[in-house]
Amino acid sequence: MLTIDRATHDAIIAHARRDHPDEACGVVAGPIGSDVPARFIPMLNAAMSPTFYEFDSGDLLKLYREMDDRDEEPVVVYHSHTSTEAYPSRTDINLAGEPGAHYVLVSTRDGADQSGPVDFRSYRIVDGEVTEEEVRVVDRYEDVAATQQKAEH
Amino acid sequence: MAIEVRIPTILRTYTGGERAVEGSGATVTELIDKLEVDHPGIQERLLENGEARRFVNIYVNDEDIRFTGGLDTAVADGDTVVILPAVAGGSASGF
Repeated sequence: MLTIDRATHDAIIAHARRDHPDEACGVVAGPIGSDVPARFIPMLNAAMSPTFYEFDSGDLLKLYREMDDRDEEPVVVYHSHTSTEAYPSRTDINLAGEPGAHYVLVSTRDGADQSGPVDFRSYRIVDGEVTEEEVRVVDRYEDVAATQQKAEH
Repeated sequence: MAIEVRIPTILRTYTGGERAVEGSGATVTELIDKLEVDHPGIQERLLENGEARRFVNIYVNDEDIRFTGGLDTAVADGDTVVILPAVAGGSASGF
């Protein structure tokens, strides 16, 4: 399951709306091992394409160096599909290089650049296997931590 | 002093979980040959038909080797080599 805060969830959707009809892409980094997507990092789609996305190789190095320095990892890798459903394509599966990440796909195909709905779904992609997972949107992570603590008592 | 090679998560199965390993050689090609000796299987993840894979980025001292001579790029003791899988995808087919 992906647990994500409302502000980050909404920021991903806003990025996808803004870049439509091109695909939007980015990362949400979090402390290593935390599974908490804490730091929203929208990336430039160097392909600037409605059917393909790719981080610029210089941006990619900078991003990973920065995460390294902060003891972070990519908790979420997101991108949009602008004319197809929010499900990983064969290309997405072949190129998925972060087995520990939640791969978030949003679809803006139904007029989402205006005010239409945006589909927001999350997957694990490991060794070519796609597993969809539940998405839980919370107001703040602190609330989740508090609830979990309560449940343990 | 050796060449430090930083290994991405997805390739750490070849390095026993190590995030960085030592390498040697005068060019990236030689470095990868040596990596393959120490970590069998890793070469195939970096090269395809003798060329660097399209969706794997290799940097020598922060420079993408695509812009510095590809696999012939020179390396020397004290250099840092970073390997990163491209973050790419999309609805297009054929990749």
